[in-house]
Amino acid sequence: MSAMRGYLRSDGRKGIRNTVAVAYLVECAHHVAREIALPWREEGVHAIGFPGCYPNPYAERMMEQLCTHPNVGAVLLISLGCESFNKYALERAVRATGRPVKTIIIQGTGGTRASIREGRAWVEEQRIALDAQETVPMAVSELVIGTVCGGSDGTSGITGNPAAGRAFDQLIAEGAACIFEETGELIGCEHIMAARAITPELGAELEKSVAKAARYYATLGYGSFAAGNAEGGLSTIEEKSMGAYAKSGASPISGLIKPGDVPPHGGLYLLDVVPDGEVRFGFPNINDNAEIAELIACGAHCVLFVTGRGSVVGSAISPVVKICANPETYRRMSEDMDVDAGRILEGRASLDEVGTEIRDLVVSLGQGGRTKSEELGHQEFILTYKSFEPLGPACLPAA
Amino acid sequence: MSHDPRLILLDPRDNVLVARVRLKAGETIETGSGPAALDRDIALAHKIARRAIAAGEKILKYGAPIGVATEAIAPAAHVHVHNMRSDYTPTYHLEDERKAGASA
Repeated sequence: MSAMRGYLRSDGRKGIRNTVAVAYLVECAHHVAREIALPWREEGVHAIGFPGCYPNPYAERMMEQLCTHPNVGAVLLISLGCESFNKYALERAVRATGRPVKTIIIQGTGGTRASIREGRAWVEEQRIALDAQETVPMAVSELVIGTVCGGSDGTSGITGNPAAGRAFDQLIAEGAACIFEETGELIGCEHIMAARAITPELGAELEKSVAKAARYYATLGYGSFAAGNAEGGLSTIEEKSMGAYAKSGASPISGLIKPGDVPPHGGLYLLDVVPDGEVRFGFPNINDNAEIAELIACGAHCVLFVTGRGSVVGSAISPVVKICANPETYRRMSEDMDVDAGRILEGRASLDEVGTEIRDLVVSLGQGGRTKSEELGHQEFILTYKSFEPLGPACLPAA
Repeated sequence: MSHDPRLILLDPRDNVLVARVRLKAGETIETGSGPAALDRDIALAHKIARRAIAAGEKILKYGAPIGVATEAIAPAAHVHVHNMRSDYTPTYHLEDERKAGASA
């Protein structure tokens, strides 16, 4: 197999994509950002953004981490002008990485049409420069990979999730950093998970993060559980959790991180996505794409998405690999699915075979390969309000 | 006595089996505690009682508790939201008015 190639960034990280991010800083600038990006939908220009007008340190950090993500080569910020988002700080942070960056303020430029014209002219210049950028060799040990499950059913925990876990085990053995998440879908698994932590203190932090999620969801009155999960044979959040937990594989757990924290070295990390403190701003993640955006903000070059019912989503910035756990769903929706893990249920493949297939697919994304959701133009993105406290000292013991 | 090959036992401690394929009402299956006829269609990856389960007893899958039985469950009966509940948060589900039964 040929080596992976990446785009070298000033912080030493490498990207497997060289995307222009067009980032709106309030919903009022979303239309202009989307229109600027539209002509390059198939050619590496993605719209991301934050809809809120009130300031939020979590959202500002997420946007900074996304705009300086290794898969991003240049950034165009779209401000209406009067929103509270600190556009000056974000532009400064992007510029400090050496990336081309420009801010268009719609109220200053003269409105919608003038802003779109100016934005497209800038993006065109960046696209030409980025397309000419040389790549460098990239090793598997330089990859960060996230995993999420969505549209889960009774097959997810038997085929797709454990197969993703086998892929994680292989990638971690090769030195990569792998991140699993959704503490609200680990309820009931906290004790077995804590036993895998590299220190007892980290184990206690892992248990605390799940207890926090259980409390948070109990206050909201709903678990992290959709109606379709039940139709697909899952009866309780604990049952869904046991299946979701299988995505983490069998490697020791090296650390606990929060959205925007980049793993300091290879290994397996739990991403704590549930806000700290009292319940505010509503559900932790209002849908799967909010979780995907958080994994990407932690530096994920790609995200393994396991689905049983059949999700079709992709993401801006990083490719989403869709692993279909349910063989009936795969036959109906194969155009959207990268991996047919339902073969395991029908005795046509082993967990290890599908795990190796997923690992190889991840590597192929650094060799020119594209995912089904990329081919279909999926670039979903969502970011909402949250609040977090800093990581405790026990969360990254080997750092 | 071993169970029907169309069913998966995920852990020897489990009191439920998982359907590897769709099963039809009236079909006879072997749960390991004697043959029994299914009283309803069972969709892919839904659960069937491996043995008699008492009301209040934990439901075990993957060798771990995934909730508790809210009524007595007979061997080969469908185990789902109608006869078990979470020990954490209630399960939100929609009844599909366009079709009867639990087929997906």
